[in-house]
Amino acid sequence: MSELKAELKVVEGSYAVAHAVKTCHPDVIAAYPITPQTHIAENLSQFNADGELGNCEYITVESEFSALSTLIGASATGARTYASTASQGLALMHEALFNAAGMRLPIVMTVANRALSAPLSIWNDQQDSIAQRDVGWIQLYAEDPQEAADMTPQAYKISEDRDVMTPAMICFDGFILTHVYEPVALLEEELTDEFLPPFNPEHILDPKNPETFGAFADPSIYTEFRYMQELGMREALKKIDPVAEEFREIYGRYYGGLLDEYRLDDAEIVLVAMGSIIGTIKDVIDEVRRDGIKAGLLKIRSFRPFPLDAVRKALKNAGIIVTLDKNISIGKCEGALCTEIKAALYNTRLDTPVVGYMLGHGGRDVPPEIIKKIINKATRSMKDGLTIESSYADLKEEFV
Amino acid sequence: MRLCIGGIVEPGTTLANKTGGWRSFKPEYHYERCTKCGLCELLCPESCVARGDEGYYEIDYDYCKGCGICAHECPTGTIEMVLEVK
Repeated sequence: MSELKAELKVVEGSYAVAHAVKTCHPDVIAAYPITPQTHIAENLSQFNADGELGNCEYITVESEFSALSTLIGASATGARTYASTASQGLALMHEALFNAAGMRLPIVMTVANRALSAPLSIWNDQQDSIAQRDVGWIQLYAEDPQEAADMTPQAYKISEDRDVMTPAMICFDGFILTHVYEPVALLEEELTDEFLPPFNPEHILDPKNPETFGAFADPSIYTEFRYMQELGMREALKKIDPVAEEFREIYGRYYGGLLDEYRLDDAEIVLVAMGSIIGTIKDVIDEVRRDGIKAGLLKIRSFRPFPLDAVRKALKNAGIIVTLDKNISIGKCEGALCTEIKAALYNTRLDTPVVGYMLGHGGRDVPPEIIKKIINKATRSMKDGLTIESSYADLKEEFV
Repeated sequence: MRLCIGGIVEPGTTLANKTGGWRSFKPEYHYERCTKCGLCELLCPESCVARGDEGYYEIDYDYCKGCGICAHECPTGTIEMVLEVK
């Protein structure tokens, strides 16, 4: 975080996000409460009841499927729309997520990352949003409440850009970030107004000038519509960095653009991660560097669009790459970051070993000791030239 | 042709889309048997049967899909379904 202008207030992560949403002046909000997202919906509902959301329509719905479907209709009329959800709720939205993306409606949604059933777990991992990787939404991951709040106007600015017109989810870890109370600079309405222009789409649903959205596409044109979504993502890829810079100019805060680096310049061991474990990793890097281990961190902020070139550039001098995933593709025994990073390096001349670790699933704590253990293992592996296949870092073998 | 993002198009309209083109059999009247009872008009699911000037019924072939209900229900066998030939 750089040169804070604003006064810090101790608030809950969910409040910081809800407050950030308020400064973006949404026209329609539809959210269905689900742990650990509930406090975002509650705070927005309270703002609305207190008349702080202006002419915003807060629509109470009977499910997450309805929430997103409502916003699809609202967004098509030219309204700025907001939703928040988690886990089972996000899974229930699955079908509508494709529709929002395919109809090019720039809905912004906060995902309070939570594990999926069964077995039932209300605690944090990132399986819910990772499972929605291919729905065509922009996916941004925040490391703390401040970043999740700051990402909100940034997400609107990126999504609503006429060259992008793609919905975005802002993912931040449930409980660890949604329920933590820590000092946050709440977004100021005047500054957000300066940063974020009004939503002004080229096409809107208007009875006086009727148009069909997401019309039937036969095999002669379907591929081209899907390709145009890819082009929208490519535009987003170009805009995420400059939008983060514009935000820095106005707000004085910066968390990286597509990605962020920590002590990466001379790093031999590079950890790649996203979400709330970033802070822990930074602390551990500082500690092991005092012992002479050259470790560094690559933080992925934008998982979709995936910043292929930037990742390749950031990893080009690494001796070994270690990915940390709060998700698993069962049947591959690998997390999504591991798969992505391996794939990113494949068509380059780099032959850097990639070690994938999965950890912190279903709310299991990720203490610094685990990160330290991982770094030590990677150091040994690098020296011995041994390959390590992807595995769990915190599995309790005695239970299985 | 350039496609618009989001599959956004002008709304479809049956003013332009003549659904009669879907037909493979067409109904034809043999008015010498017609009693002008009007069942064909009443039962046409597409509302494309209408009473003409002399009280006989006529078909709007732009929208008749050839379902055959009128011929099936006609009590005097006035309506015959014939193969659509183009």
